[in-house]
Parts: sequence; structure tokens; C-alpha cells
Amino acid sequence: MSFSDIISLLRISLHAMVPLALTAVGEIVGETAGLFNIGLEGILLICAFAGALGAEAGGPYVGLLVGMGVGGVIALLFAVINTYWRGTQMVTGIGINLFAMGFVAFGLIKLGAPGFHMVPANVMVDGAEKAVQLAKLRTPWGMYSPIILVALILPFIVHWFLKRTRAGLMLKAAGEMPEAADVAGININRIRILAAIFGGVLAGLAGAYMSVAWLGLVTKGLSAGRGFIALACVVFSGLNPLLALLAAFIFGFFQALAEWVKTLPSKPIPGEFVSMLPYIVTLLVVSGAIGRVRFPKFLGVPYKRE
Amino acid sequence: MSIKETQQQSRLLRGVHRTLTGLHPALESLIAALVGLLVGAILMAVWGYDPWKAYIALLQGAYGGSYEWASSLTRATPLILTALTFSICLRAGMFNIGAEGQLFMGATAAICISFFALPPGLHHIVGLLFAAIAGAAWSLVPAALKIMRGVSEVISTIMFNWIAKWLALYLAIYVLVDPIRAEKTVSIPLSARFPLLVARTDLSYGIFVSVAFALVIYFLLWHTATGYELRAAGLNPAAARYGGIPNKRTMFLSFILGGIAAGLAGATIVMGLPPTYAIYGGGGLPQLVNMGFDGMAVAMVGRNHPLGIIIAAIFFGGLNAGGRVMQFYGSSPVPLEMVRVVMGAIVIAMSIPELIRVFPIVATGSRNLLRALRGNRKEESA
Repeated sequence: MSFSDIISLLRISLHAMVPLALTAVGEIVGETAGLFNIGLEGILLICAFAGALGAEAGGPYVGLLVGMGVGGVIALLFAVINTYWRGTQMVTGIGINLFAMGFVAFGLIKLGAPGFHMVPANVMVDGAEKAVQLAKLRTPWGMYSPIILVALILPFIVHWFLKRTRAGLMLKAAGEMPEAADVAGININRIRILAAIFGGVLAGLAGAYMSVAWLGLVTKGLSAGRGFIALACVVFSGLNPLLALLAAFIFGFFQALAEWVKTLPSKPIPGEFVSMLPYIVTLLVVSGAIGRVRFPKFLGVPYKRE
Repeated sequence: MSIKETQQQSRLLRGVHRTLTGLHPALESLIAALVGLLVGAILMAVWGYDPWKAYIALLQGAYGGSYEWASSLTRATPLILTALTFSICLRAGMFNIGAEGQLFMGATAAICISFFALPPGLHHIVGLLFAAIAGAAWSLVPAALKIMRGVSEVISTIMFNWIAKWLALYLAIYVLVDPIRAEKTVSIPLSARFPLLVARTDLSYGIFVSVAFALVIYFLLWHTATGYELRAAGLNPAAARYGGIPNKRTMFLSFILGGIAAGLAGATIVMGLPPTYAIYGGGGLPQLVNMGFDGMAVAMVGRNHPLGIIIAAIFFGGLNAGGRVMQFYGSSPVPLEMVRVVMGAIVIAMSIPELIRVFPIVATGSRNLLRALRGNRKEESA
């Protein structure tokens, strides 16, 4: 394993970290306020698809914005069902995942090729070349997507927000002790909805990043369990965004490692077993980390004023 | 309006409401199904299909005749079992999303019986046993992680689904592969195939395995002490623990029963679905994927009750069977994937606990508001 191998492994790890980190940070905000969204997997998938469509219509930034918007709208629906209508959060999440599997597969057929859709790097519009994918930054150590910076900085901002601001403490109160927060004049349902929308927007950005700024394609299995691995990051972190970033990097590293082992000419391990690696590592890390973690008391419980 | 009139009216409303709550579960499932079909229709219209024609094709393809019924029941066979996986664990208070992976393991284990010869009957039983044991074993690890390390079963079962998928692919491609046709595994021998129930269809005796297991689960949950403990642990874990019910045991039991159900679902597919009686490793396990996830939708619409699940599975099996017809129908055929969109929308609708009341709430809410406004005005004028 040469130096350039290590650099490329790190580069792929950083790219693979982004969707996990963004989704996990968003979910941390949502869980702090008391909403447990397991529909993240579906949001990632739908937003990768929507982001690709948006990018092809109006360029990479439009694509990312469309992804964020669609993620926000799905999260809004999830949040309204689970606050005002007092739904079962797990069931809504499962529904979102099922819906996304069908919707994206359906949409891909509609676009022509069943199963996958390539997002071109550029298109010619009126003789001028127009970017569709977000351009990667050129550095001495290879090309990096600018979204990596967002994923690296955002956890610090969210950490500061949750620990140091009044709004962050209000979020915490909504998850820990909604009754007391309600008495203190906080609108629990509204704050939960806002938190969930924030999480949805970040998951949407992560989804659009996958199709527009990283892989350049949409498949019906694009999310490949990333939404659930992000949930595992949240569990590992105990709702601390900085630890979630660390976990996202670890899981991203093992995804990159799996990809790297698969490209080795000697094929030391069958590809199927290499593909299991990220999931096995996730299981091991989560089962090792648990125990010290404490979650909000009213996580997953709809609030009802007596 | 006098006070008496108001009281009478509210009593009447309460009466209507009580009648509704009697039918509550079935009605809610029905409304959710309609909401799901409506969402599907809107999406089809947006994408430029004719939803009305598509649904007629789907309905005819699902329940239009005896062949179509047989096809729907065939699709319902594994769904009953994977739905049971989800609902047994939900009754015990856990979200077991692992039916998908447990089904892969069950199907793979059932393929293994092709390597030895046994008389028919015994061979069937051995196949079902293999599948049940494999499914249960695959669900034991998440259960153990939950009990010993407190790992959320949602995360661990999903991770196990992915591991199972790659393991099943590996086994199908390299170990159990048919030496003549490399894209599939060896086929189940004649002595272990479920005979067809209706000639020239794909409905086999496998459906009796599903229905029998659903009835066994019904008896177990509602007519034995163990089942009572399991349901009590799900309804109120703290109370059950104070009442002396060992909740670790109920967790293990629910996961094992769920694993058995999902494993059997895998067996009913490979041992009962003509024409190949094998797994296709080359195409990425086409007959097996998504059965576990669809099962969750079935469980939800069946209200997590074995008998409800059978009815719901016939509905969803019909959607799947009809969807196959729909995608070849007319000038602009609707892809099969539409069916899963409808399923997702149904599940989202099912997650709203007072779905019936969402509509009356709007009605009574606006009426109360009007009344309050009118009352205020009266007070002001007085």
C-alpha cells in the first residue's frame, strides 16, 4: 500500500463521510427535540433523485436546493403526522422508506433506463457548456467536493447551537421534559416540527450531494442503508454532533476500504464479503458504544397537553 | 340553541362515535388503503398516465377470474409470513425490520435440501425445518444484541438484512450454484416441491403453510399464557416486569417466532413457486427482494392481527399480481413500481392513529369555532 493509495483511500472516505455526517447531524437535532425519524433512508433516496432532476434543469446549485426543499417537505409531513396527529413515528418512517423505494424506481423507469440514471457532468445549452454536477475543488491531493467542507464545519455549529444558545436549550427541553417546556411557554409541536424540517433539509442535501456532487448517478438502491448507518452514528454519538462526525468518518472509511479492496487485482476476499464490511463494522461499533448513551426521555412520544 | 338541544346533539355525536370505534380498526385500514390508492392515482396523473384505466387493469389482473385469484393468493403466501414476523415482534413491543434478511436465509437453507434425497412428505418437512431454523438463527443475533448490549433492533436488523443479502448472493453464486445454468442455484427436487393447488397457475400448497402458521400464531398469542405474557410485555413493559413476566424471555421468543415465520416465507417461495424452484443469484435474488418490506405494510394494514394479516395479504398480493398485468396494459402501461408507491402511502396513512377522526376533527373543529364566534357576538349584543 503506497502513499498515493492512502491518500486516495482518505479521499474516498471523506466523500463517503459526507452523507452520513449531514444526515446524522440533522437527525441529532430532530432526536434532541423528541422526533425519531427512521425515514431518513427514504428521504436520502428521493432527494438524490429530485436533486439530479433539479441539477439537469438548472445547474448544480438548483439541484442541491431542490434536494433540500424536497427533504424539508417530506420531513414536514412526517413531523405534522407525529406532532399534531400523534402518529407512530416508526410506522411513518417505514412508510416513507417504502414510498421512496417505489417512487424512485418508478421515476427511473419514466426517465428511460430502469434501475439507474446517469447525471452528466456537463450539458450543451445553446452551444455553451453548462455544468450539471457540482465542480470538485482541485487540490494537490486530488479532487474534493466542496460539500465536504460543509459536512466538516456544520457539526461544530450545531454543537454550539445545542449547547450554548437559548433555542438549543428549548429544543432539548422539548425532548426531555415537554410538560415543563410547555408551561414555560414553548410551543412543543412547533419546535419539534422545525427541528424535523432542519433534519429533513440536511438529509435532502446529503441525498442531492450523492447524485449531483459525488457519484453522478441515481440508482434505485443508491442510499444502500446510509440512512440507517446515519442512525447508527447518532446512537454512537449520544446526540453529540462532534462524535457523530467522528462516527461518520469511521463508517465512511470502511465503505471506502470495501471499495478499495474490491478494486485490488489479486481479489483476496470475495466481493460479496467485502460489501458486508460497512454493515458489520456498524454493528460492532454500535454494540460496543452503547450503554453510556442516554437519549431524551420523551423521544418518540407524542406530546399531548392534559 | 338551548342547553338541552346541545346535550342531545353531543350525545348523538358520541353514539355515532362509539359505533365507529367498534368498526375502528377495519375502517381505518380501509381509509388508509383508499388514501394510498388516491396518492397513487394523483402521482400517475402527474406523470401522465390514466389512473382510472390503470386501476381497472390492476383490479382485473388481481381478482378478475380464477387464474387471477390464484395469482394473487400466490403473491400473498410469503407476505402473510413476513407480516407475521413484523407483527409478532410489534405485539411484544419491538420493531423487527429484519424479515427481509431472515427470508433470504430461509430460502437459502431450503435450497440446501436439494443435495440429499428423501421420500416426499418427509423432504417437505425437512425443507421447512431447515428454513425455519435458518430464519430463527438469523434473528437471534439482533435479539441477543438487544438484550445484552441494548442495541436498537431497528439498526441491527437492517444491518443484518444487508449482510444476509450479500451472504445469500455469495452462496447462490459460488456454493449452491447450478452446474449447468450459472445464473441460478440448483432447483429443489420434485420430492420436495409443493404440488400445485390449481392446475396451470402458480398457486401451490405452500399457501397452507402460511395460513396454518398464521392460525398457530393466533392461537399462541390469544389463547395461551405465553402469548398473554408476550402481549402484556408489548403493551406495558414496566407493568409486565412488575407482574413477574421475564421480558428478556418474551423478547427472545418473539424474535425466534418472527424468524421462523420469515424463514418459512423463504421456503414457500423456493419450494412452491414455479417454474424454477430456485434462487437467481445472477439477477440479485429477484423473487425474494422486498418481500420483507412489503410484509411490514401488510402487517400494518392487517392491524397486527393474524386474521387481519391474511385479509391484508390477499389485498397486497392482489396489488402485486394486478401490477404485473397493469405494466403490460394499454398504450401507456404503468410500471409495477407504482404498487410500492401505493404501499408506502398506505403505511404513512396507517401511522396516524386517529385517521378516521382526522376528517371529523376538521368538521367539528370548524363547527365549534363558528358556534363560539356566534356565541361571542350574542354576548356582545346582549
